[in-house]
Amino acid sequence: MSLDMSPAALTRATPRLMRAEPLLTMRDISKTYGDVRALRHVDATVYPGEVMGIVGESGSGKSTLLRMMNLEDTPDSGDYTLRLPNRDDGNLFDLTRYERRMLCARHIGIVYQNPHLGLLMRHSSSGNVAERLLIAGERSFDVLRTKAREALDASEFPLSRMDARPIELSGGMQQRVQLAKAIALEPALLLLDEPTTGLDVSVQALVLDTLKRLQRDRKITMVLVSHDLGVIRTMADRVMVMRHGEVVEEGLADQVFQDPQHSYTQQLVHAKL
Amino acid sequence: MSLSSLTKPWAATSYGFLDASAKRELRRKMLKAIAVPGCQMPYASREVPMARGWGTGGLQVTLTLVNPTSVVKVIDQGADDGVNAASIRRFISRVSGAGETWDTLAASIVQSRHRVPEEVMREDQILVLQVPNPEPLRGVEPNISIARQMHADADYGKLWLTLYEQIVRKGRIMQGAGYPSMVNGRHVMTPSPIPRWDVPKLNMAKHLTFLSAGREKRLFAVPPFTRVEPLVFSDRPYQVEHHADLTCRRSGVSGYFMNELPIDGGGSAFEVSDSNLGIKAIQQAEGAAVEIGKTWYRNGEFSA
Repeated sequence: MSLDMSPAALTRATPRLMRAEPLLTMRDISKTYGDVRALRHVDATVYPGEVMGIVGESGSGKSTLLRMMNLEDTPDSGDYTLRLPNRDDGNLFDLTRYERRMLCARHIGIVYQNPHLGLLMRHSSSGNVAERLLIAGERSFDVLRTKAREALDASEFPLSRMDARPIELSGGMQQRVQLAKAIALEPALLLLDEPTTGLDVSVQALVLDTLKRLQRDRKITMVLVSHDLGVIRTMADRVMVMRHGEVVEEGLADQVFQDPQHSYTQQLVHAKL
Repeated sequence: MSLSSLTKPWAATSYGFLDASAKRELRRKMLKAIAVPGCQMPYASREVPMARGWGTGGLQVTLTLVNPTSVVKVIDQGADDGVNAASIRRFISRVSGAGETWDTLAASIVQSRHRVPEEVMREDQILVLQVPNPEPLRGVEPNISIARQMHADADYGKLWLTLYEQIVRKGRIMQGAGYPSMVNGRHVMTPSPIPRWDVPKLNMAKHLTFLSAGREKRLFAVPPFTRVEPLVFSDRPYQVEHHADLTCRRSGVSGYFMNELPIDGGGSAFEVSDSNLGIKAIQQAEGAAVEIGKTWYRNGEFSA
């Protein structure tokens, strides 16, 4: 990573560069679907407490990479490790399906672009949050209610509607339920796949505010995928730019946005500006 | 020398309608089911002279277990004298030479639709339950392949969620018959549509229980002395039907599972669901020397 950046950017960057141990490390991830090479030798590193933004055009492989991080898919090659307290799982792609499910339930939360992927639309909103707790082994109804209420409240979801079905809610409210579900167990890693796409600007701002507050208050490590540079600029500490399944540029957000090195990144930034 | 002098006199070598290879396959699957309690085993459900959905699964298991020394009891919703129960019992007896009985204590095999007898079953008895839908996850996961993966992963979160939703919506768990139950701490089964009243009878029971679905081609088992625990939240205790205070209008017994019968002018009357228990109680009251075995419930409280 180049440190050739403006003084202001360097000032912001320095404390982060001093972090020693990454939370997430992916090495040499490749994935092919038929003739399509979705990921080509991708490396990714995410440090505790930071927000990593992944940008790129449609089909660049950013959502595929996020699915790998959520252990929903297995690459053709590559390693994935998460540095969690009191655990040493080695390469997570070597875990059994059951081990992956339990690891994800306890340590990784995800918010999908499409709430239908992340929510059970015909169950209550609190039930959607409770499901995650149930998978993790919670068996007290009162504790489930309390924790679901706390998570929904932290996501700024109106508690008077906690037993409404997501199908009865607006898109913004559905994203809040997804967020509550994702943070219910205080995950080490929160994955956000285009969480504001499809929402109107005012609702986008509210969801982003909620995410920022959560990140500030709970120090949750986040990986945010978006093709909206404005969202990434608002949220991310570091940015990874992807194109055709490859990482073409990676660096501190200020550095990438102020002084893009790769021609594709320059196109993106200037197109946005 | 005649041909007859070279052969043994004729005697039945295969009992119970099914051919030997069918019974061999069923026995293997039954042994597997015993080895992995609560796990559904697929089997090639054969044609029997009865329509699917009328107990063909239970019948095939019974026909595999039965032999001329067996004594068979068949009950339908607790009653020995229902048309279906009587027909099945007579059929089993005719094709196997097994004895017939209405008495739970005298039976070696009890085939049942939707009830477990009130009298405690012994180690030497086998209970065969007819199961219409063996898959407890059917309501939450219609794809059978995914449901099998969920069983393999012990992924019962959605099943728990349905119970959570019932409490949220209705204030209590509404699941009546076929209450999902964890067997041996590993597999969740639907214990056929037996009422909640009967589920505790399967827990650490002395007898072997087979549950078989002919239409769905799957069977599973609860071996003797195996834990069967209904899925309940730690702060919402399992509740059986409130039949403890009801009295049978014909036999006068109380504290057992009752059938509710509407009566003229409104209201309900109740009759004990285990009809043979009621008959024995009446006979005993008339002075006959009838033995009523120890029952799982006493005065409406589970005691066995």
